Formats: sequence, C-alpha cells, structure tokens
Amino acid sequence: MADITIIGAGVAGLCAAYALSKAGLTPRLIDRNGAPGAHGCSWWAGGMLAPFCEGALAEPVIVEHGQTAAAFWGEVTKVMHRGSLVLALQRDKGELACFARRTTGHAPVSDVSALEPDLAAHHSALFFAQEAHLDPRQAIADLTRALAARGVMIEQGEATPDAIDGPVIDARGMAANLPGLRGVRGEMVVLRARDIRLSRPVRLLHPRHPLYIVPRAGGVFMLGATQVESADRRGVTARAVLELLSVAYALDPRFAEAELLETGADLRAAYPDNVPRVSVRGRVLHLNGLFRHGYLMAPALAAQATDYLTTGAKGDLVHEDSCEWRDPRGLGHDRGHRAG
Amino acid sequence: MRAFYGITLDSPLMLGTAQYPSPAVLEGAFRASRAAVATVSLRREGGAGQAFWDIIRDLGVHVLPNTAGCHSAREAITTAQMAREVFETNWIKLEVIGHADTLQPDPFGLLEATQALAADGFEVFPYTTEDQVLAARLLDAGAKVLMPWGAPIGSGLGLNNRYGLKTLRAAFPDVPMVIDAGLGLPSHAADAMEMGFDAVLLNTAVAQAGDPVAMARAFAMAVGAGALAHAADPMEPRDMAAPSTPVLGKAWL
Repeated sequence: MADITIIGAGVAGLCAAYALSKAGLTPRLIDRNGAPGAHGCSWWAGGMLAPFCEGALAEPVIVEHGQTAAAFWGEVTKVMHRGSLVLALQRDKGELACFARRTTGHAPVSDVSALEPDLAAHHSALFFAQEAHLDPRQAIADLTRALAARGVMIEQGEATPDAIDGPVIDARGMAANLPGLRGVRGEMVVLRARDIRLSRPVRLLHPRHPLYIVPRAGGVFMLGATQVESADRRGVTARAVLELLSVAYALDPRFAEAELLETGADLRAAYPDNVPRVSVRGRVLHLNGLFRHGYLMAPALAAQATDYLTTGAKGDLVHEDSCEWRDPRGLGHDRGHRAG
Repeated sequence: MRAFYGITLDSPLMLGTAQYPSPAVLEGAFRASRAAVATVSLRREGGAGQAFWDIIRDLGVHVLPNTAGCHSAREAITTAQMAREVFETNWIKLEVIGHADTLQPDPFGLLEATQALAADGFEVFPYTTEDQVLAARLLDAGAKVLMPWGAPIGSGLGLNNRYGLKTLRAAFPDVPMVIDAGLGLPSHAADAMEMGFDAVLLNTAVAQAGDPVAMARAFAMAVGAGALAHAADPMEPRDMAAPSTPVLGKAWL
C-alpha cells in the first residue's frame, strides 16, 4: 500500500519519488505516458547544473538551491564536474563584463585554449569551476532504474489529484493547469560534429541570441535554447534553427559541417517570478514551475516536499494554501486564476 | 504634452515588455516607472502568447502593439491586423526592419506600410530615423505621430544625432514625437524631454539592467525632470570664451 501518489514522471515527479523513498515512504508513481520520453519537457533539457551562471538572470534562491543538484544527481547518474565556460565574441565584450558583475563563483580566463583546446585563444571568457553537467536522458533513465531498484515502478495511466484518495504530489507540469502557471517555449537542436571537442558546457553571450552548447558522448552537442513567451507547441521554427546555428557557427565554423540529428521544442512551465514552488492545497502538493531549471531545481523541490510531508518543515519553496499566485517580494499584485 | 491620436498620457514614459528576467520583475518595473504605455510584440509568439499578453493587459496601461521583427511592409501589415484583433486597439507601433543586425528601419517599406495601415483605420506610430524628408512623407501618408530613433535598437548609445533630432522637432512643431530606441541611461531620456520631445520609449535599458525595477524608477524621475525643464524654458548656453565687451571688462581689472 502506497503512502503517497505522485502524478507525473518527469524530472520533478521522479526526483520526488526518489527523495520520498529514501525518507522511508512508499510512493506510487503514475504518468499518462508511462516511462519518461520525448513527451515530457525533461527530455529536451540541456542538463547544465550551472547555478552560478543562472544567477545572472534568475532569483538568488535558484543560485542557493541549485548548488545541491550535482550531489543529488551524482547518487544515480554520471555527473561531469568540469565547470562551465562563458564566452563573448569580440564585439560583445561588454556583455561579459556585465555577466561577471552579476554572477559569483567565476574567474577570468586569460587563455581559453588552455581549458578547451578547440576554442580560439582570443575569446574573452569566464570560468565557473564549481559547475557541472549531465546527460538529461541518461539521468532520467538512471533515476528510473534507481527507483525500480527501490521497488518504485512507473505505472501508465490517466490520473488527476481529485480522483485519488490520500496524499498526492502533482508533478504534471503544464498539464496541471495551475493558476499563474504559463508556458515558455524553448527550442533546441542536437548536432554531431566529430571533429569538435568540448569537455564542458559553453555559453556564448550575445545581445539578441544567447546560446549554450552542451557536449554529450560520441561527438554529440546540444544547442539551446530559445525562450519565447508563447505556449505554441509547434515544432522548431526555421528562425530558431537559423539563430542557434549561426551563433554556433560564429563560435566555431566547423559546426557548419555538423550532422543535424534532432530538433526539439517544448514548453517550460513557469510561475510569474520564474521560481519553482511546492504549492500546498489540502492533501495535494503541486510541484511545478521549474521553468528552465528542471535538473537544477527538482532535487531541492523534492527535498522540501519530502521535509514538509515527513516533518512539517516549511522550506522557502513551500507555499501553503496558495490557490492564488503570490509574489513573495510584493512587487506584483496577487493574481487569480485565469482561463486559457 | 501633445496628444497621441486624441489620448493624453499621464506620463511621457513608454516601456517595452521584452527581455525581463521574469514577468514578476516586468510588473515591478512598470509600477516603478509609472509608464503610461506598454509596447508588446506579436510576431514571434505565433498566436499562442495569451498567458503573457494577459499579464501585459493586467498592467492597466495603454497597450501599443508593435511589429518588431517584420522585414517587409506586407509582413508588418499582417502583424498589425493580428495585433488589432488581439488587443482591440487601432494603435500600432510600426517597425519595418531594413537590416537584420542593426535593426534600422527600412524607410521605403515603412512608408508603404504606413500608407496601407492608415487607410485601413490604424493609428500608426512609425519607428523612423531622424530624416526630415521621410518624416514629411510619413505624415502625408497618414501618420499623426512620429517615433524617431535615438540610436539603433538595443545599443544604449543615447541620442546619436542631436542636431538631426533638434531639426526634426523644430520642423514639425505640432506633431507628437516619441524618441524610440537606443536610450541607455536616464540622462538620455532627460535630454530627449528637455529638447521638447513628447515621450520616450525604451525597453533594453530597463529590462537588462542589473536591477530593472530600480532603473525603471530612475527613468521615471529623468523623464519627469526633463519635461519640467522643457516647460520651464531653459536658458540658452552662453559662450563666455568669446567675450563681447573685453575693453569694459578690462577697465576695472
């Protein structure tokens, strides 16, 4: 007999199941699509565990909790502790100075080629030594296996919190259709370029088309990601591919000869402050709003949900009785449910 | 302040809605800026931006949809028509981009689209250069407002051609004009207001500041100061380096 039912086997639901199981509870995990795959936005992620870089735009709470992600993932999957590199092309050097002012945990790099021999030495760069990355598809497959070893299997089936008795964790992302939650479209491409070698994620600052490149095994690179305020679920647009590829080409012209393996587009579920939260509504805990920080923030969200359920401790990501979205800093006004 | 198609604004600040760290920060910036107008783009959202457009609508300010990202008159006209349906306004900030990198306006496409949209009942705010001849043509085509650039979009350079802008202001004293694009600092906005422009429109300078809410407040103070200074009739600068009464001056020294 399960202690709690988790709906949604994306990165949030899987992390919650793992954390609860480790805390001695028996979770039941249901997803309408069964095992993780291309139907979920976790599939399309970059897999950067880069809390310090994200701090350039994200709230400080992301920098703080994101630092726990690498240790969580290290228990179940291979985490590459190689840091990350942030570059700017000659014309955009000012962007790098700005990024340096707005982030911590970095050091300037005088010779980029010493870190990444394939990159031209003249690039201005910052090195974030404490950051890490993983292969997201491998990570959720490994986490699914780790859960199976603990006796937690993913059941395929339709489920809503109302139809289930007892405590529920709702981790359905966009499908949960919660007040204040919106979709932010992201588009990515996957390339194979056997002659280019990178050992860590590289971010290229650009005033209009910022880009990150995450190396994966076998000469494969993930290029991402656009960020469009739209719930459009179409496939990748030609514009997105053009922008991503042309910035990659500016970084290294050999990307022009790369084999285009895959393109992907999906929606990131986000609250108005782009910070994830555990919303407690009676016996249901909604884990949602991971935005572009699924792999980075799901472990912290799972830990706080678990603490709340087992000890009643209310972490800073937990919001009780929040059927309305509320801005913790009081910048905006309370926001009720909106149709559509 | 001159009225924009019959609407007198409470504040000479128009603020864009792109590139903020989050909608919560956007909302905070709007409150701090006391901006009277929010510009919003439709081109890229592909008709599914409803959740975000609702956030803009909830700001409670005038919405000025734009045709950002359109590279031809035809594309801009289609986007304007869609904007009219989504936001139920005849206002349209018309951008026809002539160069993908500098995003400078295409004067020929701009004129063509202004003509077509004005004839179709739109109230056009054309994003243009400071060129006086083009301005006259845009007014002939039916525009009753002009939006000359300060500098290229997103550059933060300020008023790149003060003389040209001053000439434009003087050439059309009755036309409401908004300095649009290129402002990076509150002092740039104050400068534009002191020169007698009716409003300024900016986005990147606030959205990409380290603290967008604080920068929005700074711009609100700057446009207020600039407008007040213009209304107070500033003194003319004097060139003390060319003394007109040197003999008289010397007699007492």
